[in-house]
Amino acid sequence: MDLKEKLISSFLAFENQVDVDSFVHNIREEALKEFEDRGFPSKKEEDWKYTSLNKILKEDYSVFPKQENALEYSEVKKYFIHDIDSYKIVFIDGKYSSHLSETTHDGMDVCLMSAALSKPKYRIIIENYFNKIAKGNSISALNTAFSKEGAYIHIPKNKLVEKPIQIIHFSTGNEAALMLQPRNLIIVDENSHLQIIERHQSLTENPVLTNSVTEIFANKRAIVDYYKVQNDNEEASLIDNTFVKQKQESHVSVHTFSFGGKLVRNNLNFYQNGERIDSTLKGVTIIGNKQHVDHNTLVHHQEPNCESHQDYKGIFGDNATGVFNGKVVVDKEAQKTNAFQANNNLLLNDKATINTKPQLEIFADDVKCSHGCTIGQLDDNAMFYLRSRGIPEKEAKALLMYAFANNVLESVKISELKQRINKIIATKLGVNIGFDL
Amino acid sequence: MNKYTEDDLREELKTKKYEYGFYTDIDSETFPVGLNEDIVKAISKKKEEPDWMTEWRLEAFRIWQQMVEPEWANVKYKKPDFQAISYYSAPNSKPKYNSLDEVDPELLATFKKLGISLDEQKKLAGVAMDVVVDSVSVATTFKKTLAEKGIIFCSISEAIKEHPELVQKYIGSVVPKTDNFYAALNSAVFSDGSFCYIPKGVRCPMELSTYFRINQAGTGQFERTLVIADEGSYVSYLEGCTAPSRDENQLHAAVVELIALDDAEIKYSTVQNWYPGNAQGQGGVFNFVTKRGLCETNAKISWTQVETGSAVTWKYPSCILKGNNSVGEFYSIAVTNNYQQADTGTKMIHLGKNTKSTIISKGISAGKSQNSYRGLVQINSRAKNARNFSQCDSLLMGNECGAHTFPYIEVKNKTAQIEHEATTSKIGEDQIFYCNQRGIDTEKAIALIVNGFSKDVLSKLPMEFAVEAQKLLEISLEGSVG
Repeated sequence: MDLKEKLISSFLAFENQVDVDSFVHNIREEALKEFEDRGFPSKKEEDWKYTSLNKILKEDYSVFPKQENALEYSEVKKYFIHDIDSYKIVFIDGKYSSHLSETTHDGMDVCLMSAALSKPKYRIIIENYFNKIAKGNSISALNTAFSKEGAYIHIPKNKLVEKPIQIIHFSTGNEAALMLQPRNLIIVDENSHLQIIERHQSLTENPVLTNSVTEIFANKRAIVDYYKVQNDNEEASLIDNTFVKQKQESHVSVHTFSFGGKLVRNNLNFYQNGERIDSTLKGVTIIGNKQHVDHNTLVHHQEPNCESHQDYKGIFGDNATGVFNGKVVVDKEAQKTNAFQANNNLLLNDKATINTKPQLEIFADDVKCSHGCTIGQLDDNAMFYLRSRGIPEKEAKALLMYAFANNVLESVKISELKQRINKIIATKLGVNIGFDL
Repeated sequence: MNKYTEDDLREELKTKKYEYGFYTDIDSETFPVGLNEDIVKAISKKKEEPDWMTEWRLEAFRIWQQMVEPEWANVKYKKPDFQAISYYSAPNSKPKYNSLDEVDPELLATFKKLGISLDEQKKLAGVAMDVVVDSVSVATTFKKTLAEKGIIFCSISEAIKEHPELVQKYIGSVVPKTDNFYAALNSAVFSDGSFCYIPKGVRCPMELSTYFRINQAGTGQFERTLVIADEGSYVSYLEGCTAPSRDENQLHAAVVELIALDDAEIKYSTVQNWYPGNAQGQGGVFNFVTKRGLCETNAKISWTQVETGSAVTWKYPSCILKGNNSVGEFYSIAVTNNYQQADTGTKMIHLGKNTKSTIISKGISAGKSQNSYRGLVQINSRAKNARNFSQCDSLLMGNECGAHTFPYIEVKNKTAQIEHEATTSKIGEDQIFYCNQRGIDTEKAIALIVNGFSKDVLSKLPMEFAVEAQKLLEISLEGSVG
């Protein structure tokens, strides 16, 4: 039985487990039908031209983890940004771990999706926001059909959330192969400010496939910074679908750091729904071996005077494959749009591949849109300069690659996170550089 | 002096008629509509072709029957009914001309209206021309001069008869019959086209030129061009196109194959001005063309195109950089207005070492048109030190048109250096203001700016074409700035 059939046939059992609320139930059924019609995306679809899911769909994933598993904080401390005070929402094999988490209902909601979907007091918000923007592809429809658990965050008006929120998913390898489908909903009301760090971590070599959907709503003048740390081991695959809807004068940034995983696909969609919006999409990818990372971005400018900035850097070694597929759509009403897109790549090995397709679709005439894309290697002159000053080859290379990725890192606003990522990069590049930034 | 406002300009542009929309009443022989094996055989027989050619056509026809029309391009149109097209239309009074005086005077008048008066060009510009009206090659000028150098420049049907060894060796070698839907169709039914062979080490002394015109209603034009530049030779080839105004859509599906052997250089320039349809988007030519060149060691192919006509354009002149140190270039201006749609670009396939390619594409969209650039740069794993530079700029006029860029970049070698950049903008008010301030009126200012915008490409055209292209740009665009 292939994975598609297995998922479809387990839907009934899944619905029996959860409270069948007719509103969410209808959405789930519709989504399942969409998935049933379209199936998993194949390379025939333009958006999936360079990424095949076949090799990761072969595993016999268990869809519902059978038993609960507990982890001690000391075992997994290193995966947290532990030196700052933060809210934490932690899941182990898809199940909420109250032991490791730190949630709140004090003036705002930082809690669980399962609670939001079932408790009547959240009903009106769920009806207004749930699954409003996570549409258009079969893989997010699959998540919607099985949406049950994840993070639910609602920040009311005029609130500066001082502590960042960490959302961490662990998989313990209790199952031979595990499929996870977390579902997050984040609503930030007028003038509020929120920072989120998200991470998926597999603790063993057993294969894991995570198909995650996050919906983010930023209302007027809200500021949201979202950081995705993807440094999983090489048996874990991740399909991350993030949808962002912005109201006027809001600022949302999403930083994606992809250093690990067998196959990582990031679908990142921004819909601008108001004037003077600023959207930032940045990413650093450093991979090797047979890893595959695919960034698929969409920024849809619907109203005038907005900006978007995209900056993706990639370093690819060994047999790794990198894909960047960025799309900017400017509607004809969206005059005075400024949209920038840059994708720079370094290839370190002849067996590494990069496929990039930066697209512009523009219907308005008074816009400034540009995209740039480069593929190259380290500058020989720069290498010589460093070598002639006594820096060993490996360190010199690392230094240059670090500099190459640095302007994405510069805009990370949480300094502890920045340091952590510096460390990961140093490890990835196989050097020990004492950067203190 | 009345102020010439942007609205006036736009209005003028809308009503600007297609200048070449006349129809010449020449007797012509047209096949019944529809397509089947018999028609393919009949075309082949009509052209007195050898058996291998007939067989080749039939094979292509069978392949075509298995294929479906491609839909991936960013254009919308009503698909042509391939059974409602006549696949062969020849001007009737077609004796073998020895000199221009013998050509049907009415046909000559047609050419005069087109402004390409053959004899004049022959004398003044020194351009050797092959004119294809409704599929059949009518006159090839300057044949003798060329023959002295050993250059073969004739219609492809003549080449099939007289130089079968060359045709058989190279036809379909760059664009195989199986390549795509329209290439297969063309392979089955192509009625004529141009053939050119430059022998080893010869530098062709003049520009070679082909002129295409669809005249008869309800016909499709399927010409096939094959240019072979033998080792160390050089040729510059020009191609121009027009069609009369008609309400229904006409189909043009050509195949162009270029072969540049070691150290050879081919420069291929196109000014495409097929009838674009009227201001309501009715009629116009569907231009579905496959153009591709193959570069051997140290060879160079350079495509230059000015695309101002056609209701729907679907065209990707490409280079396969097979040999080491080979060079591919693509310079394009695509102008769309009213309801025109263009999806055009190039493919640069780097296979050899030290191969270089340059892509400069300028898109200008006005009215309700859609203009797309779609390009592929592919560096294979053995293509060491490949270098590519791509630049696609779009200029939008008015907010009802669209500009799109779809660049595909696939790299499998670490020594590759690829740069791609694209911008989209409109003509800035400050630029116009700057010109106005210096006493240049708005209309001239716009012409100046558009010309400057297109300069990179215009400067690559041969002299005679550059003048014509500049004129075309002015006709299509002057003042349509919003």
